[in-house]
Amino acid sequence: MKLDSKIPEGPLAEKWSKHKFSLKLVNPANKRKYDIIVVGTGLAGASAAASFGELGYNVKAFCYQDSPRRAHSIAAQGGINAAKNYQNDGDSIYRLFYDTIKGGDYRAREANVYRLAEVSNNIIDQCVAQGVPFAREYGGLLDNRSFGGAQVSRTFYARGQTGQQLLLGAYSALSRQIHNGKVQMFPRTEMLDLVMVDGEAKGIITRNLVTGEIERHSAHAVVLATGGYGNVFFLSTNAMGCNTTAAWRAHKKGALFGNPCFTQIHPTCIPVHGDQQSKLTLMSESLRNDGRVWVPKTVEMAEKVRKGEVLPNDIAEEDRDYYLERIYPSFGNLVPRDVASRNAKNVCDEGRGVGETGLAVYLDFRDAIKRDGEDTIRAKYGNLFQMYEKITADNPYKVPMMIYPAVHYTMGGLWVDYNLMTTIPGLYALGECNFSDHGANRLGASALMQGLADGYFVIPYTIGDYLATKPYDKVSTDHEAFEKAEKELRERINKLLSIKGNKTVDQFHKELGKIMWDKCGMSRSEKGLKEAKEEISKLREEYWQNVNVLGSNDEMNMSLEKALRVADFMELGELMVDDALDREESCGGHFREESQTEEGEAKRNDEEYTYVSAWEYKGEGKPEELHKEELIFENVKLTQRSYK
Amino acid sequence: MEKGRNYTLHIWRQPSAKVKGKFKTYKVENISPGSSFLEMLDILNNELEQKGEDPVHFDHDCREGICGTCSLFINGRPHGPEKEITACQLHMRSFPDGMDITIEPWRASAFPVIKDLVVDRSAFDRIMQAGGYVSIRTGGVPDANAIPIPKENADLAMDAAQCIGCGACVAACKNASAMLFVSAKISQLSLLPQGDVERSKRAKAMIKQMDDEGFGACTNTGACEAECPKGISLSNIARMNREFMRSAVVD
Repeated sequence: MKLDSKIPEGPLAEKWSKHKFSLKLVNPANKRKYDIIVVGTGLAGASAAASFGELGYNVKAFCYQDSPRRAHSIAAQGGINAAKNYQNDGDSIYRLFYDTIKGGDYRAREANVYRLAEVSNNIIDQCVAQGVPFAREYGGLLDNRSFGGAQVSRTFYARGQTGQQLLLGAYSALSRQIHNGKVQMFPRTEMLDLVMVDGEAKGIITRNLVTGEIERHSAHAVVLATGGYGNVFFLSTNAMGCNTTAAWRAHKKGALFGNPCFTQIHPTCIPVHGDQQSKLTLMSESLRNDGRVWVPKTVEMAEKVRKGEVLPNDIAEEDRDYYLERIYPSFGNLVPRDVASRNAKNVCDEGRGVGETGLAVYLDFRDAIKRDGEDTIRAKYGNLFQMYEKITADNPYKVPMMIYPAVHYTMGGLWVDYNLMTTIPGLYALGECNFSDHGANRLGASALMQGLADGYFVIPYTIGDYLATKPYDKVSTDHEAFEKAEKELRERINKLLSIKGNKTVDQFHKELGKIMWDKCGMSRSEKGLKEAKEEISKLREEYWQNVNVLGSNDEMNMSLEKALRVADFMELGELMVDDALDREESCGGHFREESQTEEGEAKRNDEEYTYVSAWEYKGEGKPEELHKEELIFENVKLTQRSYK
Repeated sequence: MEKGRNYTLHIWRQPSAKVKGKFKTYKVENISPGSSFLEMLDILNNELEQKGEDPVHFDHDCREGICGTCSLFINGRPHGPEKEITACQLHMRSFPDGMDITIEPWRASAFPVIKDLVVDRSAFDRIMQAGGYVSIRTGGVPDANAIPIPKENADLAMDAAQCIGCGACVAACKNASAMLFVSAKISQLSLLPQGDVERSKRAKAMIKQMDDEGFGACTNTGACEAECPKGISLSNIARMNREFMRSAVVD
């Protein structure tokens, strides 16, 4: 298979405009003759479905939640980037592009990232027109803040609930199209397989989560916007229902999977409290704008703190190690996520971690409160402080917060070309579901940007180029391909229900998560990865012999839902390990212990690894085949990232 | 580590909408005070599954208090005893050791039970579809800073826009009124110039849909505001009533 990224010729800044002109169009009167399936209603899915409806296509939209408004985009706190330069501080499309490429540790495509930066400005306009109540200044214009290592203030925000407000904006546009009859909405419906006819995506098989009914849906094109796969780690900041099933099923039908090992571990999460935990909570990294990260200077002092013999506020200035400020004097507490996370792990590994488990570091607002006053800090972070207090019962105005890294986002995903089409014709992947824009590490406030860029401003153009060449006739759902896909799904479900083993789905999921976190998490080594591979494979085998899934298929059955998802997570977990093994370099969120500088910083190997890994499924029990898309940098010079 | 706590749970079990439900009693033991309420239910469910009993179905997703999926009526209060949080943000330290805890679904005829503690809230979506938007299309909109908006209005709009659509207001109200939910969206959009063009049409359409769905009327008890996990103010209902009156005069 030859990977064709379809990156247009010409200068970087003109690629998208030229490409838009070269794309084929579907006549307005003919758009109603095409049906598009959109799976997922987060920022990417809702914005795409709404935009398709407005253009005149017939849309069927699906989500597993009870309402499209609940997709996990809603939980994004910090903000959304755009190159508006409203602050007159030197921002530009090129700078946003450059920061994103560099932040991604040079493992993303120049052309895609430039387009992202280019359309970022349209997103803000669009959202404001929808009535998204962004933060404003007293003069009535939009406010911005600096975020996640950026040296300009380009982040737009709506208190600590930016994702919520953007999603509700997209949801409102989607609701309007549902009202107009252009979008048919299927909530509480999960896609469980992709249907292919003559090598092209022509439909999906779904399960109605209320009745258990297996349903067939046919269309001219299928768009996946099903988010990331962070829940492969069991504990993550993802919603409980987030899963990889739609993407993984597409992968097994022939869509290549790009950079599966690129996962983002977010530095500012509330630490794990014990083994009863099901979910981790993120604290917006905007907190690092004013909070200072530290641990005790010595292991002895840290031990006293862990035992409760010394309180953090009683530790003298000279006994504290503000390690980020010490190691990275120019970026300090605002280093990118991967760097901040790894350093937190390092100090805890040294035995200087705090909290009961020793797996936590302080994020201290004492100095900011002294400088700006408690009211100012409350105005900026009030809701985050409140959330923290609700969970931990500690008051962050009085005692330093405790934070620890947690799995947050997956940069990897289905491989897509410049048109966001996967290697299956007619199958597209948007937002976190694809691999395309964030390289090996995503910058803060860029996920919302990418989701909406893909949904509002890229896919509405590029999908026409495919549809324009397709006949209006739709494949019947009686077609043998539907028949076969449904039959296979029923067999899978029956198999899971009939095992009646001794362990619950959650027990397996926890075990998988532990393997992934310990051996394919913040730090990876050849030895650990090889062990992980074996352990996952064993666990998977045991799963299909010893899992206990109660109830039947003909009812609401949340154990069955989970069982289907965890089965796919196990397969994906193995591929992540394969990918991490292949990439014998450290880049972004992927840290291979064998590849570090003398100072312990990540060391890239541009000679050998300036490529996108795209994995092809070759059949049950066979190793996947690695294809490489070479990344070509014509505009930026590859440098070792330095935040010192 | 603090000592684990034990509880007696009385949980509403109802296999489906067609079958009559009833309370069933369960014991859970050694629950860490730092566990969330939903983690406590996860533990119960894991035990039930190991014993071969059908786990308790409840809606939940983000577990960060923002998606609005969780919807538990705990000891007579939507989202439990603490103020301005959702059930998923509730922690067991709020429940003394040995306590009896009663867990029910939202009760409202417009929110029929699907199974156990899971209810159908699609009525909210239909109200939004009736008019909870600004009728613009993607693209062709003015620059984001073209229309300055007074900060006070933007802040008030944001206060209203924080609604997570969980339905606690309906569950708390003796009339099962959805007015706080509907008024939050109407307020948000009527406070902003972008929403001004359609304000009359919007108020009428959304209120009509609300009535058609079978939600009750408002008698100003304020239970909705008291139980709202996002602290949405009752003044939004006043604003909605004004919008509704205004629409009658303007048209």
